[in-house]
Formats: sequence, C-alpha cells, structure tokens
Amino acid sequence: MDYLQTKGRIFDIQRYSIHDGNGIRTIVFLKGCVLRCRWCCNPESQEYTIQTMTVQGKPKIIGRDVTVEEVMHEVEKDRGYYRRSGGGLTLSGGESLCQPVFARDLLRASKVVGIPTAMESMACAKYEVIESILPYLDQYLMDIKHMNPQKHKAFTGRSNELMLENARKVAVSGMTELSIRVPVIPTFNDTPEEIREIARFADKLPGVERIHLLPYHRLGQDKYEGLGREYTMKEILPPTNEHMEMLKKTVENCSSLVCQIGG
Amino acid sequence: MERYYTAEIPKTDRIPKLVEHLFKKMPEIESARAVLLTESYRATEGQPIVTRRAKAFAHILDHIPIIIRENELIVGSTTIAPRGCQTYPEFSWEWLEAEFDTVEHRKADPFYISEQTKKELKAVHPYWKGKTTSELATSYMAPETLKTMEHNYFTPGNYFYNGVGHVTVQYEKVLAIGYEGIIAEAQGYLDECKPGDADYATRSRFLQAVIISCEAVIHYAERYAALAKEMAAKESDATRKKELLQIAANCSNVPRKGAASFWEACQSFWFVQQLLQIESSGHSISPGRFDQYMYPYYKKDLDAGIITREAAQELIDCIWVKLNDLNKCRDAVSAEGFAGYSLFQNLIVGGQDKDGQDVTNDLSFMCISASTHVFLPQPSLSIRVWNGSPHALLVKAASLTRTGIGFPAYYNDEVIIPSLMSRGLTLEDAREYNIIGCVEPQKAGKTEGWHDAAFFNMCRPLETVFESGYDKGELVGVKTKPVEEMTSFDEFYDAYKEQMNYFISLLVNADNSIDVAHATLCPLPFESCMVDDCMKRGRSLQEGGAIYNFTGPQGFGIANVADSLFAVKKLVFEEKKVSMSELKRALMLNFGKGLDADSITDISLRIIGSLKEQGVTVDAAAAEGIVKQVQSAKISEEDQKRFDEILELIAEVPKFGNDDPEVDAMARDAAYVYTRTLPEYKNPRGGIFQAGLYPVSANVPLGAQTGATPDGRLAHTPVADGVSPSAGKDVHGPTATANSVSRLDHGIASNGTLLNQKFHPTALSGEKGLDNFVALIRTYFDQKGSHMQFNVVDKDTLLDAQKHPEKYAHLVVRVAGYSALFTTLSKSLQDDIIRRTEQGF
Repeated sequence: MDYLQTKGRIFDIQRYSIHDGNGIRTIVFLKGCVLRCRWCCNPESQEYTIQTMTVQGKPKIIGRDVTVEEVMHEVEKDRGYYRRSGGGLTLSGGESLCQPVFARDLLRASKVVGIPTAMESMACAKYEVIESILPYLDQYLMDIKHMNPQKHKAFTGRSNELMLENARKVAVSGMTELSIRVPVIPTFNDTPEEIREIARFADKLPGVERIHLLPYHRLGQDKYEGLGREYTMKEILPPTNEHMEMLKKTVENCSSLVCQIGG
Repeated sequence: MERYYTAEIPKTDRIPKLVEHLFKKMPEIESARAVLLTESYRATEGQPIVTRRAKAFAHILDHIPIIIRENELIVGSTTIAPRGCQTYPEFSWEWLEAEFDTVEHRKADPFYISEQTKKELKAVHPYWKGKTTSELATSYMAPETLKTMEHNYFTPGNYFYNGVGHVTVQYEKVLAIGYEGIIAEAQGYLDECKPGDADYATRSRFLQAVIISCEAVIHYAERYAALAKEMAAKESDATRKKELLQIAANCSNVPRKGAASFWEACQSFWFVQQLLQIESSGHSISPGRFDQYMYPYYKKDLDAGIITREAAQELIDCIWVKLNDLNKCRDAVSAEGFAGYSLFQNLIVGGQDKDGQDVTNDLSFMCISASTHVFLPQPSLSIRVWNGSPHALLVKAASLTRTGIGFPAYYNDEVIIPSLMSRGLTLEDAREYNIIGCVEPQKAGKTEGWHDAAFFNMCRPLETVFESGYDKGELVGVKTKPVEEMTSFDEFYDAYKEQMNYFISLLVNADNSIDVAHATLCPLPFESCMVDDCMKRGRSLQEGGAIYNFTGPQGFGIANVADSLFAVKKLVFEEKKVSMSELKRALMLNFGKGLDADSITDISLRIIGSLKEQGVTVDAAAAEGIVKQVQSAKISEEDQKRFDEILELIAEVPKFGNDDPEVDAMARDAAYVYTRTLPEYKNPRGGIFQAGLYPVSANVPLGAQTGATPDGRLAHTPVADGVSPSAGKDVHGPTATANSVSRLDHGIASNGTLLNQKFHPTALSGEKGLDNFVALIRTYFDQKGSHMQFNVVDKDTLLDAQKHPEKYAHLVVRVAGYSALFTTLSKSLQDDIIRRTEQGF
C-alpha cells in the first residue's frame, strides 16, 4: 500500500460540489500550475510554493503537504452521497498533472475503494504522464481555451499545441469519459467564431459528447489583492446570459455536441 | 403505463382570485363564538361538563354567521372576514383583553379588532373569571413548578392558554359513512349502556354529547345548503348559478352521509377540518394522509368520466386556499414563538400502507402541485420518504422546495416507523403514520399525542450549573457544587444532568396539571368521536379515550449545549487553558460584549440574592443603588483582553455540525440527557412522555431569555434551531452538517427532530440540481436522520447575509459554474449574485 503514503501539496478540499463531474463530489485542489491565465479564479493555485494570502484581513497559509491516505480520509466522509448521486472524487487545481504521481495515486486509491473519479485539467503535460493516470480516471473534464496558438500564449503564457494533441490522444484511448470545458472570457474567446472553432474541434474527438461553456466570473478578484498581485481584468464584465445562450446555440448549430452553460 | 400521473396540471383562473380575496385585508377578530359559547354555558350550569360542551358547540353552529365567499367551490367559513378568527375564552381570555389596544399594531401576527367586538367580548369575559383551563391548571401545579416557569426554564404556553389540537382524526370514516353513520354507532354504544354499570354516568353522557355534536354539524351544513340555494336564486351568471346549486346539493348530502363524488368528499373533508377548529382553539389539527383517504373518490370519478384531472386539481387547490382562511390569535409572546399566523395543518403525501407497500398515487403529485399553485403557508406540506419512494415524486417535491416556499418537509420512514414501534404502536399502525404540526409523527385516528406540550430550554439548566442552582439570586434548581471547586469534566456534566433531571420533573408536573385541567373543563366530544377508542370506551380524548397517548415537550438548543459542554471539557479540564472562575466571570459579563437591561437586572439580582443569603436586608433604595452600580461598572482593559482571548479559544474548539466525531458524540450524549429521561414519566391519560427536538420559531424568544453560554454564544441571542448546528458554526457544507446531525439518535426523540438547511436556488438548478438534492436527502436518511427541511434563500436573505455574515457562514451559493460560500465573496460579487437571484432559475 505504498501509494497511500505518496505525498502531495493541496490548498483546499471542498465537499458537496455539484458542478464538477457527475453527482455530489468532493474536490481536492492541487497546488501548482503550468499556465498563468489572466482570468484565473484561483490565483493561489498557481505557485507550487506554500504562500500566505490575506483573507478578510487575516493572513492565511495557502497550501499544505498531505499523504494520499490523509486525503482519502476526508473523501471517504461523503461516500454515502456519492453512492446515492453517482458522484465521487474530483481533482482540480492548479493543474493536477503538475503532481503526476500524487494525482495518479489519489485517483488509484479512490478507485480501489470504489469511489468514482474525475479530474479537471488542461492536459498540459507529456502524454506519458496522462497515460499513467487514465486507468484510474472515470471522467476527464478537459479545458480547451482557444484554438489559436498565439492568442492562447498571450493570455495564458503557453501555446496550445501540446494540449490539443493530448486531447486527441485521450479521446482516442477510449479509457475515460472525456468532456470539454471552455471558460468564456470576454476579449479572449467570447466571439461566436472562436467558440465555433473549439466546438468543431471537440466534435471531431472520438467519444466526446458534451461541451460546457463556463461564463467568466470575478470570484477570484479579492484573492489577487490578498496575494499582493494586480488583477488585470478589472474592467472586464462577465458575459450576459443572453450572450451565453447565443454561444450555446452557436455550438449546437455547428456540432452534434450536447452543450451546457456552467459545470 | 405508470401507476400514477406525474405531468403538471395547470391552475385555473379561479385560484388567484380566491387568494387575492383572502389577503385583501388584515385578519380580524370576531366575537360570535365567544358570545354564543357564553350564552350556552349560562344556560347549562349544573349539567355534566361534556353535555355542556356539546350543547355549546351546537348553539354556536346553529347561530354563528355564515358566508360563501366569491368564487368558492368548497364552502364553510369560521368568520365573516377572510382569515379572521374567533376567540376561545374557556381556555384563557385575560391576555386578549389586555391586548385589545395593541393587538392591531404588534410585530408578530397583528389582528384588527373593532370597537364593537371589544365591547361584546368585554361583556362576556367576566363570566369566565375563575372558569378557564389555564386557571385550573395553575391551581394544580406545584409551587416550585410555578417558580421555575417564572424563571423561564420552560414554557408550556401552548396548551396552558389554548386548546390542544395536535390531532389527526378519521377523515376517511366521515367520508365513508357520514355523521349519520357515526351517530348510529354512538347510538349502538349508548344502547349497550346499562343503568347499573359503574361508568354509566360518564359513558352515557359522553355518547349523548357525541350525538348532539354530530347533529349540530349536519345542521350547520344544511345552513350552507340553504344559503347556496338562496344565492343561486339571485345569481345572474349561469356558470356560477350552477356551481352554487351544486354546492347546495353537496352540503345537503355531506357530511350527513358518505360522499358520493370527489367534490362531495372535498366538501365533507372541509367541514371536518373547519369545525374541529370551532370546537376548540387547538392548532396543528392535521389533515394527515390526504392523498390516501381522498384517492378512492378521485379514482372512481375519474374512471367514470365524472371528473377531469383539471377539475380535481381545482378542487384540491380550493381546499388549499380554505386552509388559509382559518386563523388563530395568540398572545403576543406566543405569537413570536409561532410566527406567521400559522395553524400547522400538516398534510403528508407518499409513504407506505400498513403492509409496507409504496402508496404514491396521482393525488400525491397533485397535492404538491396545489402548493405550487396556491403558494401560501397552509397546509404544512410534508412528504414521506423511504427506500421504495419513487424518484419522480421526490423530484417533484424538490422542484417545490426550489421555489423557496420551504415545503415540503421530508420525513424518513426508515427511522420513524421503528421509533413509533418502540413507543408501543403496532407495525401496521406505525407504517401508516402521518405528521402532526411541525414534525411530530403519530398514527391518525388512534392517538392523543399532546405533541407540542412545552418548550424546554436546555441551555438554562447549564447556566444554573454555573450558579450552583441559583438563578437571578434565587435558588430554583438543585444546589450543586460551586463550579470553581469541580475537578473533572464528569463532575461538571453530572451537575448538569442533575439540574436537567430536576427541571424535567417540573416540566412534567406543569404538563400533567394542564392535562387534568383539559380533561376536567374541556372534553371535546366532536373531536373524540373520530378517534378510536373514545366511543367504545365512552370517554373523551382528553380523559384518555385514545388508544395511544403521549405528551411530547420539545427540547431546545442541543447544539449550544453540546458545543458548550465540549468547550468546557477541552478548555477547562483537558487543556487547562481557561479556568472555571474565568469562564464563569466571562459568561456573567457576556464576554465583555456589553450588558443589556436584562443582563444588568440579572447581575443585580444575583448580588442582592447573595447579600440576602448573608443576612443583609436589601431595601428598595439599596437595590436601586446596586442596579446603578452594575450599570456604570466598566470592564477593565485587562479583563476585556482576557475575555477576547477566551472567545478566540472557544472559537477554535470543534463545533457540532462539522463532521467531527468527537464533538458529535458529545451532542449525541447530551441529547440523551433529555430524550432518555422524559419517557420515564407518565401522563394522566395513561401514556408516557416522549421528547422532541424541534423549535417552531421559538429558538429566538427562548434565546432572548438565556445568558451567554460557554460555546461563545452571546447573551440573549437566539439558541440553535432544532437539531441544526448553531447558526454559522457549520462551515463544511451540507454533507458535513447532515453527517453530524445524523450522529444524534433520532429514533429516541420520537416526538420528532428538525434539521433546517439553507440553500441558494441556483444550487438546485436544472434537473441535475434536483437529482443531487434528492441524493442529499436520501443519504441523510440512509444515515438515520429523521426529518429535513430546506430554506432556499431569496434575495432578502442574501441582503441580510451581507449585513450579518456571522449568521450565514454555511450558505452555499452558485456562481456560474462554481459554488462558493456566500459570505466569503466580495461585496461586489455578492451584489452580482443578489441581482441574479431576482431572476430565479
């Protein structure tokens, strides 16, 4: 049972999450990310190092090192709810793939005790890393943010070729239920053309049936201040419901995907 | 084909019109009942009490003004003014006269009262001096009980000042055989009474009283038939004329005879429901399993093509409106504990039959639709959930919950059935349970449950431990060891148990005294003829005629007690971070967070009390001096600093509601102090006491009578509600809360428990939201929780949460694709969400 002792770094565990995978879920947020998306709502997730963030006027330590066993102790608490709802464990971040062994062993531990698994991720890692995780992953909620490599790089710090390639490989592997999530960010990717391109790409991925459009929100704004960072999206307003509905129609018109607004 | 019809049936135009008419004006107090009752009592002095009750009931029904409101299909109104109320001086009246000039303007449940009504009531009230149940009950109580009540350890206010209610009668029997059938049954028993029998006197008079009462009801319905006919003659609209003629025909047939159609069944049901509430002022007269006993009439008419689903739905909707036409005026203090003009007419759908089979039917769905259509506080809609409940029914229920109306409440068959069996019900009876009032389970037509017998504040005995049995300078509890001298947590806990046991015995004394007063002065023959075995035994419900008899007083503040005991255990005895004398002082001085007038009085009385104990005489002037001293006393900076430290230390101790097994175990054990002790006591009707853990809305007023507690709760703020964690103390989401609460023993609190959870409507959005919500309920129930209800918060609540974030730490909101705790969001984002809430879903 060595894998139960694998260590990793997380910054939160959130129970009764109902928008990140099937049913009622417990989300474990892993610390560290490869991208630096300007709109990121969890800026405290980006650095792997343990940080201090000011929360409601008080300093709060963000990040702690835990074993798989310790995390599973928390995850087990809601087992009954998973069973009744078809829910389970979801890994989020950060980018879980930045801690590949910990992520794999957490998912493995969960599957071993019969708890379904999901992971939110950008697939920004070597495919071998992803491949090592797939046997333990029931649902892959994969972010695709933009089809244009330059624009992707400008807004997130990295180009998108690796991620798109990985999306294809994961889909072809057939080892997990893959669905695509698009954060809809005004000034970045909120035009029908940009969304259409993503939808067409997703539509061609074998086995992919669902696409989620996640409207931009300002949930993370206070955290930037708490970390002593500047929030560069202050002037950006969340997309209106009407705009989101229009984008949803755009997706439905150009693909056979089931499109949902929100998680 | 499904065995039930689940599609939504639209509401008709009639329903909003009925609702609008009902809510045009402030409810009004009328005097007719009190005047007629008094006339009758004056004329029957010297006769057996049960005879006098029946004759008074008949006199009222013969002469009380009647009215058919515009557009009504189901008729029978207790007052001319919509949502008005009659008064019941035989139970109590002095409070009402004292409130004549303020009742219209009070905060909770105001009522209009005309000068003419005041005059008429003032003319009859003097007759009742010395003749009420509350006065007789007081005279029966032990002196220490009265003293304890003055000190607010518990309040039996409900039945002390009012009728009992809290019953579900055999509606199905009236629907089947009518009151003529019941009269024939009573006559049969009467024929068996032989003058030589030992109980001839009481038995024969009771049965005669039943016959008088049932005849009065038949006559009352005939008055409505005549009125409807008269109105039809004058009616120019052909459709309405036809309706009125049908109403006339219905009222001539029912409740005299068995119902021949669904419409008649609805009318017959209504007369029973309404007239029970003319006989006595008791509330929580609960229709119970309406979807079950009405179904045969619906099915027969539907199959025969006599009625459409739409027409049946309209009749049900009409009943829902009528349930809001009934009203009750309580004294100002009680009104706060039962806020919202509520009569708690609990109506439950779904569940099992006596053989353990699921009995969900079309009407189960239509009842939920009716609440959606009418969107009013009555009936208190409930739903039974068991492992065999269809998902479709729960989803339908969840979609009603999502509207924010607060209905339905969900009940767990898997806990309640064995729990009732442990109290002596047969398996068959337990399977057919329904809910009375708020959350109290019982078997309809066989039970006199006295379900809401008192509010017992479990925090007060805890306060008393710190004062070694004293309260406000007076010895009211058991003299226990000074807390400063206690050397172990067990010693402290034992002292708490000792105080609890003592006060529980006084609570029993209060309830039993009131019980005897009702049996002596207010037997209710009409109600009794619809509960077994009253007629067979020839005894009213009030005198022990029911098969199952209970007394169920509610315990309050279990979360505060558990968190307090746990904090004392950890901080004082295990970690030794706070000394007992420090804690005692911090509590007395409200942790330095300011003393209100009540605290100042409290402290002054303590000082005066201890001076008196030392033999010092304290005259009025000296007492006033002490009060002034307390008022002007300042808390030193050093003290304040320490109090703040203590509060912070308390904040770090785990709290009930966060899925922490150790503190949850403390809660379970602390609840036993109440729930295991009560059933050792008996009531005068031959039954036992059983505990409930639910609050109505009295956790607020009861909190106002309670000083600061060791869980960090400040003086005179609300105590926790039901079995819910203290407000804002559960911070790990709804599953953690549900896990913690399910660690209490719900089965032993057989008078019911209540868990309230708050959700934002978006957390239930879409089909997936409803599915997950149902899964949450099912899992809480898998873990043997007994009841759950949901407050799906609206904009006003969110605004309040902005102002008082400490009260809403666990409020989950959904922001686009993400969920978050509302109070942790920035003001601007909160504003965003509040704006979005207005749009609904």
